[in-house]
Parts: sequence; C-alpha cells; structure tokens
Amino acid sequence: MNQMNHRIALDLDPLRKLSAWRPAEYAFWLLTVAAYFLFPKSLALMSQIAITALFALSLDLILGYAGIVSLGHAAFFGLGAYAAGLLSKYGWGDPLLGLAAGGLVAATVGFVTSFLVLRGTDLTRLMVTLGVSMMLYEAANKLTDFTGGVDGLQGVEMQPLLGMFGFDLYSRTAYWYSLVVLFLMFWLARRLAHSPFGLSLRGIKQNVARMPAIGAPVHGRLVAIYTVGAAYAGVAGALLTQTTQFVSLDVMAFSRSAELLLILVLGGSGCLYGALIGTVVFMAAHHFLADINPQYWQFWLGAALVLIVLFARDGIMGLLRKLPVPGGKQA
Amino acid sequence: MTVLFDGIASGMLLFLISVGLSVTLGLMNFVNLAHGAFAMLGGYTCALLLSRAGLPFLLAVPLAAATAAAAGVVLERTLYRRLYAASHLDQVLFSIGLMFMSISTAHYFFGARQQPVVLPEFLRGQIQLPGLDIGIYRLFLIAVGLCLAFGLQWLVSRTRFGAQLRAAVDNPRIARGLGIDVDRVFTLTFALGSALAGLGGALGIEMLGLDPGFPVKYIVYFLIVVAVGGSGNIKGSLIASLMLGVFDVAGKYYLPQVGAFVIYAVMVVMLILRPQGLFGRSAAK
Repeated sequence: MNQMNHRIALDLDPLRKLSAWRPAEYAFWLLTVAAYFLFPKSLALMSQIAITALFALSLDLILGYAGIVSLGHAAFFGLGAYAAGLLSKYGWGDPLLGLAAGGLVAATVGFVTSFLVLRGTDLTRLMVTLGVSMMLYEAANKLTDFTGGVDGLQGVEMQPLLGMFGFDLYSRTAYWYSLVVLFLMFWLARRLAHSPFGLSLRGIKQNVARMPAIGAPVHGRLVAIYTVGAAYAGVAGALLTQTTQFVSLDVMAFSRSAELLLILVLGGSGCLYGALIGTVVFMAAHHFLADINPQYWQFWLGAALVLIVLFARDGIMGLLRKLPVPGGKQA
Repeated sequence: MTVLFDGIASGMLLFLISVGLSVTLGLMNFVNLAHGAFAMLGGYTCALLLSRAGLPFLLAVPLAAATAAAAGVVLERTLYRRLYAASHLDQVLFSIGLMFMSISTAHYFFGARQQPVVLPEFLRGQIQLPGLDIGIYRLFLIAVGLCLAFGLQWLVSRTRFGAQLRAAVDNPRIARGLGIDVDRVFTLTFALGSALAGLGGALGIEMLGLDPGFPVKYIVYFLIVVAVGGSGNIKGSLIASLMLGVFDVAGKYYLPQVGAFVIYAVMVVMLILRPQGLFGRSAAK
C-alpha cells in the first residue's frame, strides 16, 4: 500500500496470526478427502456440493468482504457454464482450457458491468444486478441456435483431464477435479482475504467514507473484487458444465441467485468457511428433503431464511463462534 | 393503436399491483420482495369467492383486498416490524423466504394449475371504433387505476394521515416526539400496501393468470416500476408502469424474438441515468 514511504512501526503480528492455518481448517479439508472413501456412492452429489461451494465462495468475496449486494450472481455462473460448454461443443474439449475460458468470459462481463453496479445505493445495486442477470437469461433463452434455449446445450464432450483421467460414470474424476479446483481457488481467496487488498475491502465495507482518507482507492478496489468474484463464479459454472456435460437454462435463473444468497447467509458471510459449510448443509438438506416432496422443501427453505434473518444473523459460523470450544474459531 | 391501448391497460394493471410496493418500499423504505405474495393472496381469495361462494365480481374484489390487508397487518405486527431497522439485504432475504413459503403453500392448497376467473357480463366484450378495439375490461382497469392514482396522491400529500406518514418515515424519533403513533402509522400503511397488492392481484387474474409461481414471475416487473418511477412516488409509479406496459406489449408485438429483453434493458439504462428514479425525491433527509 501507499503508506510505505512513511514507515510507521506497525505491529503486524496479530494479522499474521489471524492468517495462519488453524487445526480445524486442516481437519475440514481432510474430511473432504475422507468423504471420497466414506460415501463412494454419492460422488456425483458431492462434486455438485464442491461446485456450489465454489460459487458460494465467489459471492462471499463480493458480499461478505466488500459488501456489494447482488441478486444476479447466477449470471456469471451461467456465463462460465455456457462458455465452457460451447468451447467443448466446437472441439476444444480440454477441461482446463474450459475452466480458464469460463473464468475469463465471466471476469470480462463482470468487469464491464461492475461500472453499472457500483453506482448508486444498495437498492439500486440489487435492481441492476437483477436486471443484468435477467437480460443475460433472456439472451440465453432466445439465442436458441447458439445455446439451445430451454432445451439446454447438448453435445458437450469432454476430453480426459490432463490427457489421463477420463470423466467416468461414477463421478470419481469429477469429484477429485471439483475438489482440487475448489481447494486451489479457496487457497487463493484466503490469501486474498488476508492480504492488504482484502483488509482494505473490509474497511470499505465498514466505512466507505473513511477509506479514501487513508489513501485507499475505493472504486478501483470494488471493481477489482467484483471482477474476481465474477471470475470465480464463471469457473464454478464451467466446472458444472464439465462434470455434468450439459448446460441447462436454469444456470442463470433468478432462483439460483436467491438460493446462493441463502447458502451464504446460512453459513455466515464474511468468512470463507461460512460459504463452504453453508453449501454442505444446504445441499445435503436439499438432497434429503426434496426427495420427500419438492414443495415441502421450498416451504422449509423459506422458513429457514426467515428464521435466520430474525434470529441467527451470522449463520452457522456465527453459532460456532459462540461455542466455548478451546480449538474453536475466533473472529 | 390497439397495441398502444393494450399497452396502457397492461401498464395500468402493473400500476395497480406495484403502487402497493411503492408504498411499502418507497414510503416505508422496506424492500418487500414478498409483495407478489400478497397480490397472489388477493388473487386466490377473489378466485375462490367467485367460484366457490358465488359472490359477484365487484364484491369479491374488495374482499380480496381486505384479506390481503388483514394478512399484511398480521405479518407486519409479528415479523416485518422487527426488520425496519435492518439492512436492505436482510429485508431482501427475509422477504424472499416469505415468498418461497407462500409459493409452496399455494401449491399445496391449489395445485399448480391456473385459476380460472369468469368476468361478469357487463365487463366482457369489446367496443369497436375505427382502427381501435377497446376491451371493456381493460377500460375498466384503466378507470380503476386512474381513480386509485388520484386517491393515493391525495391521501399522501393532502391528508393528516399522509403528513403523519411522511413525518414518520423521514424521522421516526422526532415524529414520536410530536405525538405521532409511529407504529400505528406504519401498520396502517403496510396494510394499505398489502390491500393494494391484493386488489391488483384480484383484478389481474384475467390478464396475468394466477398460479403458485405468480410472486416470482412478476416481482421483477413490480420492482422495475418502483425503481424506475422513483420509490414512494405515486405519479412516478404511474408513469413508469404505463411506459413499461407500452414498451412490453409493443416489444412483444413487434419484436417477439427479443421478448422481455427490452424492458430489462430499459430498466438498467434508466437506473444508470437516474439512480433516484424518474421523479425520485433526491435524498429528502
């Protein structure tokens, strides 16, 4: 940051301590590896969970850290999904290339639209993000030659990952692939969140008016994080396309954006693990409750949302933090 | 010409429903995405009263509005009240939750099919003029819409209640100090907003249809009206709804392949150019 020319003796130790990996975090990631061996029959579901977790992570970067509200985050997910799908449909079926393309397309659109989104207040932002995502949804819906419209994009053929691991029927490759991508992206996000850049975002969220006074370019920072968030969502979308080899129109639907907000609020926003844990709980609940009755599921989803907002504003992570466990999380 | 007329009629219908949202969102500053749920409640009440109880249409519609208002009061007293001070995001999440619950409840009781509504004899049919077909029901909608617009404008800007409401919104603490019962004003206003939603929902079955997906399908339109019109502004909502109706109908008529794209584009452009809305009060605080 800019203050380097007047070097003040800053005590960075507390910050360093916060950014160190804690035992609970190692345990969490070991569990994801163990899950492969524990539930070999639900690998397809678990790779979906990993993908959704990455998507939730992308919203957490935007909303939890920078405080930019969005009702249309599924737009970037959808862009990534279609980018990867179309790329492989027309012959470039390499998975990693698809990921990069998905992220890049979403980042580009995110960068461009960030200038629209960052104007105005929360309410305007909600409306503009919603409007942008509805426009993209309509575009995908109407460009049937290109996207397949409501029938979805078919004919996505993936080449083996790194030329070695083909995508199998049991989703073994899909799970490892999604998990590794999730972990790498998470690691990167974690670095980002604890970097000066991440700290300045929190500052912006807490007090927009004061940040310029200490020399932080607010607008530039917000544009940057919005672009990064969009790229993350694009990669998640591309992953979904590659592991399911299909793109349906609902990757961009409003309900996906709304569900994502719920996931993040359920887990607790503003600390990356909230996104991950929220996704696991949400997807597992969805899986079991929707089996019983889809309508039933939607009702309880709504009820959960109402209760969380009223009583547990910090989500699961907030509840965990209140537990007096010695190895537990602090802020 | 017929396209223009249909556009105005559908705009008027949008106005009927979304003016209620303009009241809660604009005047009370609460982002109520569950607004469509109140409209749906009004719609179902009206449909049931017509088909099961056999009430006349002109009686069923006000009853539908009253039901929505009653539901509004109950929810405001128990739930909404706690969130007035919360952030917009919390309000959004909360009302999305309510919306989901209402959808699945409607699904549970009425199933996924569209609810039919039979209009009374005197509202059916068309008047034919050279170059213009006027549906009588649409004419009726336009008349109701105009009456409401003037009535509300008068209520908010000229009556004692309107003044109390504006005071309570702008500064609740000082309004309390002046002896205004802010809680009561808010409850009444919320009931008014819900009643308007119910009324619009009941009148709209004929043109918009009614099924459990109603709250999600149209919430975007309502929000657009409020966002473009400037929140809490009845004249703005009226003009924005009319514009939206005309653009939407004309867009679907002349450029069907583009479809709903036009109105989203219009909204985004409007919001960029005038973040306060067409006739927004520029930060009245």
